[in-house]
Amino acid sequence: MSLKGRPPRQEMPCQDPQVRRNNFNEVALGYQEKLAVAEATRCLQCKKPQCLAGCPVEVPIPEFIKAVAEGDFAQAAQIVKSKNSLPAICGRVCPQETQCEAECVLGKKFEPVAIGRLERFVADWEMDKGVEKPAPAPKKGQKVAVIGSGPAGLTCAADLAKLGYAVTLYEALHVPGGVLMYGIPEFRLPKAVVQAEIDYLRQLGVDIQVDIVIGKGKTVQEILDDGYAAVFLGTGAGLPRFMGVPGENLCGVFSANEFLTRTNLMKGYRFPEYFTPVIVGRRVAVLGGGNVAMDAARTALRLGAAESTIVYRRSAKEMPARAEEVEHAHAEGVQFQYLTSPVEMLGDENGWVKALKCLRYELGEPDASGRRRPVPIPGSEFILEADTVVVAIGSGANPMVIKTTKGLAVNKHGNIAADDDGQTSIPGVYAGGDIVTGAATVILAMGAGKKSAQAIDRYLTAQPGEKTQ
Amino acid sequence: MFPIVRKEVIATNPAVKLFEVKAPLVAAKAKAGQFFILRCNEQGERIPLTIADYNRQAGTVTTIFQEVGASTKILGKLNEGEAILDFVGPLGLPSEIKKHPDPVVCVGGGIGIAPVFPIARALKEAGNYVIGIIGAKNKDLIFWEDRMRAVCDELIVCTDDGSYGRRGFVTDALKDVYTQREGRINQIWAIGPMIMMRVISNTTRPWEVKTIVSMNPIMLDGTGMCGACRVLVGKETKFACVDGPEFDGHLIDWDLAMKRALIFKREEQRALAVVECQGGGCGCH
Repeated sequence: MSLKGRPPRQEMPCQDPQVRRNNFNEVALGYQEKLAVAEATRCLQCKKPQCLAGCPVEVPIPEFIKAVAEGDFAQAAQIVKSKNSLPAICGRVCPQETQCEAECVLGKKFEPVAIGRLERFVADWEMDKGVEKPAPAPKKGQKVAVIGSGPAGLTCAADLAKLGYAVTLYEALHVPGGVLMYGIPEFRLPKAVVQAEIDYLRQLGVDIQVDIVIGKGKTVQEILDDGYAAVFLGTGAGLPRFMGVPGENLCGVFSANEFLTRTNLMKGYRFPEYFTPVIVGRRVAVLGGGNVAMDAARTALRLGAAESTIVYRRSAKEMPARAEEVEHAHAEGVQFQYLTSPVEMLGDENGWVKALKCLRYELGEPDASGRRRPVPIPGSEFILEADTVVVAIGSGANPMVIKTTKGLAVNKHGNIAADDDGQTSIPGVYAGGDIVTGAATVILAMGAGKKSAQAIDRYLTAQPGEKTQ
Repeated sequence: MFPIVRKEVIATNPAVKLFEVKAPLVAAKAKAGQFFILRCNEQGERIPLTIADYNRQAGTVTTIFQEVGASTKILGKLNEGEAILDFVGPLGLPSEIKKHPDPVVCVGGGIGIAPVFPIARALKEAGNYVIGIIGAKNKDLIFWEDRMRAVCDELIVCTDDGSYGRRGFVTDALKDVYTQREGRINQIWAIGPMIMMRVISNTTRPWEVKTIVSMNPIMLDGTGMCGACRVLVGKETKFACVDGPEFDGHLIDWDLAMKRALIFKREEQRALAVVECQGGGCGCH
């Protein structure tokens, strides 16, 4: 078939923006079988596939797409799961446009194959049919502990379990999933999907222990003393950053972590059926331009805000959020104030925020991140009314494990220092995901978890006698 | 699940209850000044409560709480033999316990008597001369007098209405102690309602006697992840869950702390209406 004769990229069916801005149901509805097969047949099945290089967890992309094109969805699911233990999640939240799809040859002249949507289709299809119980791997007789059950920890735990290790996964909160549960909203990543992926881990034999804060209830050293041969730290970027401007502690100013955790993890949007409240005023300002900012701005609309505005200090082009989320936010009516940043938060007599005093910016020379640095325009001050402010300007490393683990080296940003395999300064202790890189994406964290699982396996295989207890 | 091995009703108006809960991991590490977070059921809030006592052998943690909102009312309905869904800790930093050359004073107001007890005990064990002051609205709300007496060299009990011990506020008793001792006090711990901690901090500021208070702001995760518990201490924003809960009372921005405590006031009332709803007429539906 000639390139020109191929069908266009199949659109993702979505809930109507005017309807969905009032509910928490999933926005993107997923491909039906017919759409999936049509999309899969667009794949050129390149002899030297470029897409592979764009996937941090090495999903055999052309192979699974071929299976979809042939209508063998069960086979497709098996191929995806051979490398990716969380495909239903990745298919929904990966920034495919900068990863696998960015490399797709079709994308050079036309639109790339919708790899992410196909991955999601395959995962959902399998979940719908009932996931086959994985065959138990031959036991290695060694225990490995994974700290933190976000994307890095889940991936590392799954891969280690598949290799035959007895894995214990520790989570500080009351449910596993980390940012997938507390951060990413239901309308983008249904919690039932996360739950199903976690159930798959349990089927692999992973022992999940919630309500344990490593660094408080238990330390890394105690885990090692308990006979664990290796430890993986995937504790994430759980320390919210604030702007450091006056008025930031006013009532009505929330970190994105707080705002989203109340809504997602604690189901505040179903208050008072669920007892944890979450509130928005009429006008919500969200500071930041990443995925978390988009999530917060769209959540605010769903909680009943009349206006929800993204306040971002650079321009639309520099926004780090996933393209699809920005589009969705626009369609739902989120407003954008680009090249704007607050210098002060103003409050009323009861201590509630009522407005932001902002400055306009222009873009100067590129900074260390390669993005053009925003420079304030003198005298450009203006008042942006807001009775709820959500600060979504990123998070740092949660210091709890670092502070309580003797000999664990950190880098200048306060993140754990680890090599490409996740090896830290302590033998047998590995780390990966946001705790090493600073806040990044789900898929990069998963890639790190995967690499560390392989490295841990090599480490333990090299000295089996010494490590077995 | 975390079974409740002992329940005591300390007072009925307002309802104050004691729970001893089997939570071996928390009990193994608990220290004076720390807290834990519990969740009663699937719909429940994560509630931070201060550790009043712990038994490492039995693997239990004791807490005393007053039923103020929906979540503490739901908690209070649980009985011995029933279990709490989630129980995580110990959280926060422990009290700084060392030997002081001069006496130290531990003030517990109302429900604050419970968390001040393990601090007084630890200070006593460290060789300090400990003066205890406990107070409440009335006689019915005074508890653990015997336990406090056992770990204090002196103990003053006061009630607002004079129904037991000396009449008056704990602050008045503290002033008397300060005067009698001619200012020779090394440090003060004061735990109780925010207004009490504020008044005590204001009282002791001119004395220049370090005064430690235990903040109980709105919390969510309790691990430093959300910043709901922000407290302005001096010029610095601190998270009570990981930097506290104890802070220097002289440095706290009390106005801000009191306003932030009311952020969800309206929602708390609505939740309370739901819990107390007997099937109509309360406006919760």
